[in-house]
Amino acid sequence: MLNPNEPIQRRALQRQLHTFVVYAEDKPGVLSRITSLFRRRAYNIGSMTAGHTDVPGVSRLTVVLESDDAEARLIEANLYKLVNVLKVEDLTHVPAMKRDLALIKVKANAEARPQVMQMIEVFRARIIDVAPESLVLEITGTGDKIDGLLEILSPFGIIEMVRTGGVAMTRGSKATTVHPHFVHALVPQDENS
Amino acid sequence: MKRTGAQLIWEVLTREGVDTVFGYPGGAILPAYDALVGYENIHHVLTRHEQGASHAADGYARASGKVGVAIATSGPGATNLVTGIATANMDSSPIVCITGQVGSAVIGKDAFQECDITGITQPVTKHNYLVTRAEDIVRVLREAFYVARSGRPGPVLVDITKDAQNQEVEFIWNEAPIALPGYRPDLSALPEEFDRAMQLLSESKRPIILAGQGIIMSGAEEELRKLVEAAHVPVALTLLGLGGLPDGHACNIGMMGMHGEAWVNTAIQEADLLIALGMRFDDRVTGDLATYAQNAKKIHVDIDPAEIDKNVKVDVGIVGDLKTVIATFNERLKPQKREAWAKYIDESRGEAEQHDILQAADEGTLYAAHVIDELRKLTRDDSIIVTDVGQHQMWEAQYYAHNQPRTLITSGGLGTMGFALPAAIGAKMACPEKEVWVIAGDGGFQMTACELQTCAQEGLDLNIAVINNGYLGMVRQWQEMFYDKRYSETPISSPDFVKLAEAHGLTGARVETVQEVAPAVQASQGNARTILTEFRVVPEDAVYPMVPSGKALDKMIRRPRKEPAIRQDT
Repeated sequence: MLNPNEPIQRRALQRQLHTFVVYAEDKPGVLSRITSLFRRRAYNIGSMTAGHTDVPGVSRLTVVLESDDAEARLIEANLYKLVNVLKVEDLTHVPAMKRDLALIKVKANAEARPQVMQMIEVFRARIIDVAPESLVLEITGTGDKIDGLLEILSPFGIIEMVRTGGVAMTRGSKATTVHPHFVHALVPQDENS
Repeated sequence: MKRTGAQLIWEVLTREGVDTVFGYPGGAILPAYDALVGYENIHHVLTRHEQGASHAADGYARASGKVGVAIATSGPGATNLVTGIATANMDSSPIVCITGQVGSAVIGKDAFQECDITGITQPVTKHNYLVTRAEDIVRVLREAFYVARSGRPGPVLVDITKDAQNQEVEFIWNEAPIALPGYRPDLSALPEEFDRAMQLLSESKRPIILAGQGIIMSGAEEELRKLVEAAHVPVALTLLGLGGLPDGHACNIGMMGMHGEAWVNTAIQEADLLIALGMRFDDRVTGDLATYAQNAKKIHVDIDPAEIDKNVKVDVGIVGDLKTVIATFNERLKPQKREAWAKYIDESRGEAEQHDILQAADEGTLYAAHVIDELRKLTRDDSIIVTDVGQHQMWEAQYYAHNQPRTLITSGGLGTMGFALPAAIGAKMACPEKEVWVIAGDGGFQMTACELQTCAQEGLDLNIAVINNGYLGMVRQWQEMFYDKRYSETPISSPDFVKLAEAHGLTGARVETVQEVAPAVQASQGNARTILTEFRVVPEDAVYPMVPSGKALDKMIRRPRKEPAIRQDT
């Protein structure tokens, strides 16, 4: 959460990857409203994942995009303007775990296989399919870790790869987003937050 | 009791207090139109184009403060609404647009007159809905009215399939508060932001209030007047803010921005504190952002948190309804005098006023300013002026004096040509007892001139002033100043406006000299039906002062004294 007392000018206009967790009503077109907002306001999405939550009718999205802190606050405020958006949290400056999942199909004949397996071990990836000339592995971790594995594996020949994009959650016992908050405003408390 | 979906539409509208709607029937909205016959409490105005319907709903909303309603069929009917919806969206005008949609079974099959209007209008509405079941109609329409008018108002579109209109369901009216868990129109300011705002104001020697349309939408005119009288703060208004503080008020220094008077923009650049109230630092108001009010601390009050720090980074951001926020200011305010600052602004005003075209010797040449000035003299304080977009719009803002809120209706943010006539129809329907004037250029008027027949069918008493200079004047002015006078496609011919009015069964008149202006205005006022008066003005006049796009706010091109040469101030 940003400190509103700190002048925006001083929060260096540094661009970095911001991770937003967005709770939205699970209704037709909601995803399109969110992507349409990013397109219209010229925010460039790095990755976006969406899925159900433990609460029926509520979806949870993780959006990763590059921005500075001032713009990130406006992104948050604009997300809240969407009628179907329930809660938004920018996890960039709070302790949080961020994970990405990738499936990688890599060339691995009998000769290369031991070397590939060794790399997989180091990165704690799992083999989920084996064929005479290839392996399919699954890896979860930060984006950097997956990038690292891909770099190591590329000399062997990557046949195909798919990544989910990041998902994120705060550390500790508190829920990631508890109550909507705005930098310059009070929000009336509601019962079911 | 059982009702069809179509009947439910009118049941909800009736309960929302709607007595007038603007629309155009067609295939997919036929059930709703059929049901309308049974609802005599609702007056339907048949516009001649759906764009006219959305502009009319907008004009109705701006004149009355109530939600305006437009209705159209699917496909082309719906897409024709879009310009009016985008106009309402940019200017935060509360309208609800109801469109018919093809049957739910054929959605996605490219059926006749099918079009994804919720997809198309997503970026230009506050919210929109596709309704495929009759049982959702009541809830959705109630939500639509609520969302349109609450918080920062805006347009909401409800697309209803033909089968949903035909289905019969039990009609249950639920007065319970609307449940939209993610919608938060009820934000209020943080107490510490008030403290900092009051601190900045008490320390300021050269403060300026920048008042926008928010004052009018919130109904905070009285609170604003008290604030400026106690704190002695000069007030500059945005185009849409005109009328928020009476023109004649001693603290009102005039309109800011690209065509604001020199003393207003200079004062903003020299201020040590800007207090922005319900305005959004549009580029037409700030000029070059890098050089904008460099020495000023900034307080921004807006109901929409996404406006704070959007264009101008501010020191204090206060989110909330202006009426409440300014009332809180007034409670905590220590009265202050700022005589030196007021005197300074007054002096720069005195010097600049001599450049005014109305002060120039009368050579018999008719300028648009003459027309606006006569209108100012001959209309009442509560007369509503609806302008189109272009030079005449800026001259209206400069030469007319708005002393009451909701007396200027104009497309500010989107700058929609063709807005005036249909919006004036809406304004007149909302305020039948008030005198309503359309001021339009010859270009914009031709875009929606078909709505003259709507005036005829409704028997409306509009006063229409077409300022005809034979050019798309504002574009021509830019070509003159910035494109070496290459008048690419700006000369525009017009029909014989007198005959055009007559062809529609209305009265037309033509004015070519200064002396004829006042009698023509009075003749129009004295007629109980719509009169179109064409004012043939000098072809190559320009709006001054002008801050060239992207230039610093105080680097304006001043009004020339006598010779029409352009003088660049540096």
